[in-house]
Parts: sequence; structure tokens; C-alpha cells
Amino acid sequence: MPYFVRRLIMFVVVVIFAATLNFIIPRLAPGDPISSVLEELRARGQTVQAEDDIVAVYRERFGLDKPLHEQYISYLVNTLQFDLGYSISYFPQTVESALLNALPWTIGLLAVSTFMAFALGTLLGALLAWPRAPQFLQGLIPLFMLLSAIPYYLLALLLMYVFGFLLKVLPLGGAYTSATVPSLSLPFILDVIKHGILPGLSITLAGLGFWALGMRGTMVTIQGEDYLTLAEAKGLRDRRIFFGYAVRNALLPQITALAIALGSVASGAVLVEVVFNYPGVGWLLYNALRSSDYYLIQGVAFFLVLTVALAVLVVDLIYPLLDPRIVR
Amino acid sequence: MTQDVSLQVNNLRVHYHTQDQAVKAVDDVTFSLYAGERLGIVGESGSGKSTLALALMRLHKPPAKIEGGEVILGETDILKVNREQMRQVRWSEISFIPQGSMNSLNPVMKIKHQMSDAIKAHQQGWTQQKISDRISDLLGRVGLSNSIADMYPHELSGGMKQRVCIALAIVLEPRAIIADEPTSALDVVVQRVVIQTLNDIQQQLNAAMIIIGHDMGLMAQSVDRLAVMYAGKMVDVSPVSSFFNDPLHPYSQLLISSLPSPDEKRELTGIPGMQPSLLDLPSGCAFHPRCPIAVEKCRQQIPPLRQIEESRRTACHLVEEKLR
Repeated sequence: MPYFVRRLIMFVVVVIFAATLNFIIPRLAPGDPISSVLEELRARGQTVQAEDDIVAVYRERFGLDKPLHEQYISYLVNTLQFDLGYSISYFPQTVESALLNALPWTIGLLAVSTFMAFALGTLLGALLAWPRAPQFLQGLIPLFMLLSAIPYYLLALLLMYVFGFLLKVLPLGGAYTSATVPSLSLPFILDVIKHGILPGLSITLAGLGFWALGMRGTMVTIQGEDYLTLAEAKGLRDRRIFFGYAVRNALLPQITALAIALGSVASGAVLVEVVFNYPGVGWLLYNALRSSDYYLIQGVAFFLVLTVALAVLVVDLIYPLLDPRIVR
Repeated sequence: MTQDVSLQVNNLRVHYHTQDQAVKAVDDVTFSLYAGERLGIVGESGSGKSTLALALMRLHKPPAKIEGGEVILGETDILKVNREQMRQVRWSEISFIPQGSMNSLNPVMKIKHQMSDAIKAHQQGWTQQKISDRISDLLGRVGLSNSIADMYPHELSGGMKQRVCIALAIVLEPRAIIADEPTSALDVVVQRVVIQTLNDIQQQLNAAMIIIGHDMGLMAQSVDRLAVMYAGKMVDVSPVSSFFNDPLHPYSQLLISSLPSPDEKRELTGIPGMQPSLLDLPSGCAFHPRCPIAVEKCRQQIPPLRQIEESRRTACHLVEEKLR
């Protein structure tokens, strides 16, 4: 079977498996959602009449009276069509429209800052291990070690305190100044960038150390490879040896690490969004958890799994282009 | 064989600097390499032959450091030129064939790009057509089909890779080629093919070649002169026929008597003892603890590499005295 077909099948399996877990886990808990809502009402001292009838009607409306496998199949069909149901806390908004509203913010923030951390960290890490790079770069190693040890959200709080609270040069939170109406005008875009600097910086800085140290490690190993000696013997220019022979080969494990790290990047970003009140998917998830919005939680969780699986798929499909040995 | 000197090495010293002392991996080595000649350098592991090979192209890495001497290629002492000049000398004047190991080619680059890289680094004016013509010509000369150019190293066998390395070494027709154990890690049949290819190519170009190795049998068939290294020093230099018929240095004698021969049935003798550690060399001649004929003088004075005959030089007090 061709490589990319195998990868695609893997992707579909992962997504279905994640959706299935999403279905099973809430149903493992005792009771059902309808009676727990009524339970809550009764606890507040309200009386509920004809309780059994209500439960039966709502169970039927939500399809809870059907056998489990039928529920499962209709759930799966709906989920895979991105019909994730209604959000309880944002009613009558659907889960998918809440997600779609939050998505551009998260993608903008995450994609840019993760890419920057990866690119910058990898380049700096490569230079750290390069004998002909400036010596002062060596001084960065302890800094990178420190950065890679600090969690995203802690760094976020620190940055917020220094730049938002003490210096007051950057806004404390939000994605744009609250009074403005989102548009594609230049002032609004500048406003968005200004709001994005701190959350973006905390993700970039926290990731930088990880990527730099990883790249440095691989580069050190590659220094001893015969093909680097031969490249130098060939009289190639330093820049060519560095990018074409050393970095090009050291990049391969980095790409693998990127695929693995994407999951933790997504979850780390959740907390950064909460700290900065950034209206992305993480913030959505946080609010959904606070208001026990089950459908929204399920939707966001499923969506996060989907994103990570998709990112891994993309990395998997790019990998053979980077390493010809991988296609078998 | 012409007697134009392609490469002249004078008193070359390469030391590895450890924490508290310098290890003399190449100690006062002097030799000439003539145009069109094949010089073999043999020695045990750790005798400094690979360090010498790398130092000749200034490819040695710290803690190795060239402490002194001259490496004159054509007219220039390459130990005196700057980095950029050295870069230009590499490959266009002196090229390198690595050990027949699996890792000398960049695993993520097609063969043709690894070859064109070397051309582009030295020849600006070449058209794409000229480069690809050159590559297919070279691959043909080492007995590989043109389709190899579009392959990656992992798609080739060990012997094919080594022939690619040979083709690569001659893209710019250098005046000198250094082959560092070009056939190790290859099986015996492939070894022969590779050595044959190497010899053919060398004769076509009339390039000077240094072959480094420890396979005396292979050396006997493929080089014109043989130099023996022991503990960082060159101790014996001789044309290959007289080296095998009438070895001068006691170490060379023992090396040859340790080789099996189909002509005479005799007990094979090894060389007693081990090569000394470069960190703790014996006084005088470094070989004296293992030498069957060593005398008091050998323990005290280091024998210099002296001219013994027209084309033979040996570093041994006793040989020198006997012939005087």
C-alpha cells in the first residue's frame, strides 16, 4: 500500500477512535443528563411536576431512549459531519459556530508563535553547535535551559506583569480593544497585533529553548558524520555545508519532535489564552468547563484531537520529501 | 613515472592536545609524492596515518592541531594560506576518498547534486548541461550507469557508493588524491573492483595518489612506493618491490613475515607486544621494546629517517650502521 494511503487510513482511525472515546466517557458516569438537570433544579428548591414524563419526553427528543449502538452511530455520523449540537451556555449558538468564531484567533496566535519558536529555536540551536558560529552565542545555552523549564502560562503571567502592568506598554488581555468593531482596516489589524504580542511571545519564548536545545543536540551528533568531513573536503562554502549538509540532516528529528509537540502546544496554548483572556479555542474550553457546557466541551475536545491528528498527518506527508529513506 | 613533485611534506607535526599534554599523532613526517605515483601508507591503528591524511587537507578537527611543518602542493604551502584560499585548494587541487563506509555521502541528497555541489563551489562558469554531461561521463568511467545520478545513497550498495566517491574525487581533476582506507568495509571481491577502478582513474588523470590502509596484500598489488608509520613517525619508505623482497626496517621485516605466502610453507610470526600508547612513548626508538635486534643505542636515541639507498629511507640505527 502506498505510504500516503497508509497515513490517511491512520488519520481516519485516530479521528474515529477519538470520537468514540468522546462518546463513551460521558456515558460511563451514572445517571443521564436530563435527570441530572432536574436533580439540580430540585436541589434549588424548585418543584418539578410529572418528572417521569418530562424525563421521557426529553430522552426521546435527545435520542437517549434509543439503544446505545444506534446512539453511537448517529453520534458518529453527526460528528463527522461537524454537527456537534447546541452549546448550552451560548444557546442558541451551535457548538460549531462557537468554534468557528474562536478558531481564527487561536490559529493566528498558535500558528505564528509556534512557527516562530520552531524556526528561531532550530536556527539558533544549529548555530550553537556550529564551530564557526560566533562565540557569544554559547552564552545563550543557560538561558534556553531556563526558558525550556518554565511553563507557558507562568511565562505568560510574568510577561503580563512586566509589560502590561508595570510598564503599561502592552494591553493586559483580549484580542483587540473591546470598544472597536472587528474589520479589516489597518488600525484594527495593528490593534490585533499589539494584543497578540504578549501571548505570542510567551508561547514563542517557552518553546524556543526546547527547539534550540533539541537542534543543538542533533547538530553535535552530526558534526562527527563522515559526510560533513567530505563536504568540507569538497571545498564547499561554509553556508552551503551548514544549510545543505548539517542543518538539512539535523532537521529530520526536529520535524518528528514537532509532530509530537503539537499536542502539548495546543494544550499549553489553552492556558495562555485563559491568562490573556484571548477569545480563542482555549478560552472557549475554559468557559465551557466553568459552565459545565457538555456539548461544547465535547466539541472542543474533539476538535483539538482533530487538529493534532491533522497536523501529524501533514508532517507525515511532508516527511518523505525531507528524508528520501522514509518511503518504503 | 615522472619525477615532478606533486606534494611535498616537510617536518609535519600534528598534535592532539589533551588536558595536560600533547599527543604527537604525526611527529616530524617528511615525504614527497611524485606526479603520477601511488604511494601507500601503512601502519597499525593509532599510528597516525588517518590524522596525517586529514592534516594534508587541513581537515583535522580540534583537539588536533598542526604544530609545524610544510605541506607544499604545487608551489604553495597550504598551511600558510587563509581559510578561503584553502577552500579553493580543496578538491580542485587535492581531493579525498573517504573510508569505504556507509556515511560519506549526504543521505538526503541525490548523487548528482552531491557531485554538482563540488563543481559549483569551484567553477562558476559551467552551464547546467556541462555539469550533467560531466557527471554522466564520470559515472561511466567508474563503471556505474547514468541512472545512479538520480538516486539517493541509501539506494546503492557499498561498492557502488565507494565508486561514486571515486567519481566524486576526480570531478575537478585534482593533482593529488588521498584515499583513506578506500576498501575497508567492503568484501574482498568488491575491494578488488574498487582498487582496480581507483588505479585506472589515477592513471588516466596521471594524478598523484596516497592510499592509506593496513591491508599489506592489497597494497602490494596497487602502489608504487610504500611508507610505514609507527607511533606517529614515518619509519620506512621504499619502492614496493624492494620493500617486499628486502625489507630494511625491523618493523617492516616483521610485518612481512606475518603475511601468509603461497610459495613457502612456514610458521607465521606475529609481532610481539603492542604498539605503545602515544601518551607514554618509550625512550629512543619507539619500536625498541618490540624489536628483536634492539641494542642499547635504540633505547637512548631516536633514529632519524635516513637515506639508505637511492630511493629508500629508513629510521633505524642498526640498518644505518650495517650499510655504512
